Amino acid sequence: MKNMDSFDLIVVGGGPGGYVAALRAAQLKMNVALVESTHLGGICLNWGCIPTKALLRASEINHLLHDLAPYGFAADNVRYDLETVVGRSRKVSQQLSRGVAHLLKKAKVKVFDGRAKLVGKAGERHKLVVTKDGRDVAEIAASNVILATGARARHFPGLEPDGELVWTYREAMVPKEMPKRLLVVGSGAIGVEFASFYRNMGAEVTIAEVADRILIAEDAEISGLAQKAFEAQGMKILTGAKVGPLKKADGTVSTVIETPKGRTELTVDRVILAVGIVGNVEDLGLEGTKVQVDRTHIVVDGLCRTGEKGIFAIGDVAGAPWLAHKASHEGVIVVDEIAGRNPHPLSPLNIPGCTYSRPQVASVGLTEDKAKATGRKLRIGKFPFVANGKALAMGEPDGMTKVIFDDETGELLGAHMIGAEVTEMIQGYVIARTSELTDAELRETVFPHPTISETMHEAVLASSGEALHI
Amino acid sequence: MAIEILMPALSPTMTEGTLARWLKKEGEAVSAGDVIAEIETDKATMEVEAVDEGILGRIFVPEGTEGVAVNAPIAVLVEEGEAVPEASGSAGAAPKKAEAPVGTDAVSTGTVADTSKAKPDVSEGGRVIASPLARRIARKAGLALETLNGSGPRGRIVRRDVEKALEAGSGKTVPAEKTTVSVAPPVDAGGVARVPHSSIRKVIARRLTEAKQSVPHFYVAMDIELDALLALRSQLNAASPSEGEGAFKLSVNDMLIKAVALALRVVPGVNVSFAENEMIQYEDVDISVAVSIPDGLITPIIRQADRKSLREISSEAKALIKKARSGKLRPEEFQGGTFSISNMGMFGVKEFSAIINPPQAGILAIAAGEKRAVVRGDQLAIATVMTATLSVDHRAVDGALGAEWLGALRDIVQNPYRLVV
Repeated sequence: MKNMDSFDLIVVGGGPGGYVAALRAAQLKMNVALVESTHLGGICLNWGCIPTKALLRASEINHLLHDLAPYGFAADNVRYDLETVVGRSRKVSQQLSRGVAHLLKKAKVKVFDGRAKLVGKAGERHKLVVTKDGRDVAEIAASNVILATGARARHFPGLEPDGELVWTYREAMVPKEMPKRLLVVGSGAIGVEFASFYRNMGAEVTIAEVADRILIAEDAEISGLAQKAFEAQGMKILTGAKVGPLKKADGTVSTVIETPKGRTELTVDRVILAVGIVGNVEDLGLEGTKVQVDRTHIVVDGLCRTGEKGIFAIGDVAGAPWLAHKASHEGVIVVDEIAGRNPHPLSPLNIPGCTYSRPQVASVGLTEDKAKATGRKLRIGKFPFVANGKALAMGEPDGMTKVIFDDETGELLGAHMIGAEVTEMIQGYVIARTSELTDAELRETVFPHPTISETMHEAVLASSGEALHI
Repeated sequence: MAIEILMPALSPTMTEGTLARWLKKEGEAVSAGDVIAEIETDKATMEVEAVDEGILGRIFVPEGTEGVAVNAPIAVLVEEGEAVPEASGSAGAAPKKAEAPVGTDAVSTGTVADTSKAKPDVSEGGRVIASPLARRIARKAGLALETLNGSGPRGRIVRRDVEKALEAGSGKTVPAEKTTVSVAPPVDAGGVARVPHSSIRKVIARRLTEAKQSVPHFYVAMDIELDALLALRSQLNAASPSEGEGAFKLSVNDMLIKAVALALRVVPGVNVSFAENEMIQYEDVDISVAVSIPDGLITPIIRQADRKSLREISSEAKALIKKARSGKLRPEEFQGGTFSISNMGMFGVKEFSAIINPPQAGILAIAAGEKRAVVRGDQLAIATVMTATLSVDHRAVDGALGAEWLGALRDIVQNPYRLVV
């Protein structure tokens, strides 16, 4: 055991929350330590956002290769090598993870390989012990500690993964063979993205969602359109669905799914569980602190402060929305707070959400239902992709842009998009929300022609009945 | 450590100014001597130089802000890597500098403390940095944005600031209907356009109202024949090299500046200021010359005009007028002065009287020189005559003294050899 090393800031967890916090702190000339047990970049970079995008890209190509005729192409004997598809996804992750290691090294962040645990205080400083394979490898201390330990897949009794037939995202990301039949339980962004990947790679996919619609976080109209699009691709979608016990036999899984419309008996080759996440709050030594934990998430205020002075929590472990960009932003806010730069809390309504299925879904702000619930008078504008030149030229006529304004103030309360490339476009509305632009400024904005982003302009015009191209 | 940059007093009498332009951006490195901003004072635009070196950490006062009190923090310099303070330590309650100390010898420098106590006017018509949403909510609630502090990036007023003010009931509310009308420059029902005052227009209005209300003016007029002066001018100008360094072209105005200066030397009782408890007698004769500029007028000063040659006065006046018209006068070039001249001869004016430029005690209004019938002995003759009207502060100068001075001026103009020897 080494002597105790002292730092200005210790970050526990090297995901998009933790490593960004460490980089920001280094930028502000703090002496920073980062403790990561598995892989720099966290789930996002290694087992989440990034590798799934690589997989989804492959599945889009597969889809396109099977839909060449309208473009004047023909190809016989189209096939793919799954090992290469998965291998490429892993390679992308490794490349980025190495990039993070390089950034941290360049910023002179001291990285500890192991798990950190709070073990009390030395004066004003919090002490942590870093362990690796059951051995203590370091003792470190700092007045400020950021917990960025992330989250993991949630399990329900009767719906436990086994890593063979019943998968979580982890196994779903590295399939050795393509299942013929697949059941995806849960239809948040993760469930829907896997469903989309496997469907577009040729599997028969059933989605079972306990709520009355898929993508429950999204605007109801948008999730309706998404469901229709998925069903048109051949997916089977069961909503209001209760999935019975999973029975495994001969490499298959059978279950009974009950919906308000009746019982469905289903036998599949694999099941993917995507029914939410739980925060990684165990073995952090929180019991010796005033840090509060509520349903596996650390309780924080707007500036990510916990009940214990000098201990902050960011990202997934600190609660919804479980998004990498939320974690990164919180990391910067906390470090700025520690540095006395008086940052403002992150407004959840300014955090965009993206789902990279085919079609893509992207949104920011309030859904129509939630906007209505505020009691404000609304002005809603919608514009379909089928009336947009670029979308037609691309062969992507299915999609819609929808904006919700406060009728009185012109505030953009929410924006919701579905269709090709919407994940790349939603930032336009995020900028509008963050800069507090009203419909008047958006209306005056010149959108380039021809782009699908013109639907964003037309939707704004449509909110006052002045859309030009419909 | 962070060094606050304060609104400089560019002249002893300056109480506030407009931050016209930032020449450095936040985050930019600054070395001592770099010009970092431009400040518009009463009548001119001045450059502000950095005294220390560092990084321009944060700009507290956005460009275009009017009525920035002297000594109010306008920005902060930090060292590399140092945390940047969000707001100035004394933001909002910047100490307004009391009357600046006058030069060690007020009399000899000819500078007298401006007794006017101008309040820093809150930037009416000045640019308020606010988000469109904040503006709309404030307008609907009848809240004056100018009264709020912005918490957004670079002090931008955002929705939360407006909502906080509305919750707290703070912030100056304005009658909603009326404001929207008076703020909007275009045309309202009566077909009038409303243009917010420029900073110089505000100063002119304030200074002249104050002068006319607090200084008891009286006027003495005299007809002065110009023929001898015009003849001398022709001879002198004819003697000028046609081009090159030494070339000059004297104007009537140049000669009148010298004549007025000499008259003040002959009758020094007019070269004074009336102060609360004492009379200030100036040793130097510093002539303020009124120059019209696009949005008002300004009075650059020919210092010690009585001791300068006509050629010096001429070239100095030309340079100052050029600077005045391009807004480049430095404060010391137009502040101070012991006596003023306002010449409207070029407009064919028959006669007029001018308002005194306090703390000076007199101003001479010069009208057009024109050929008039004059009586010489018992003969009618033709002479070029101008009517000159002296306005004086009766607290400092009595009628007889005023008349004596004007008589002295007439003697000099009508026997102009004194201008050249």
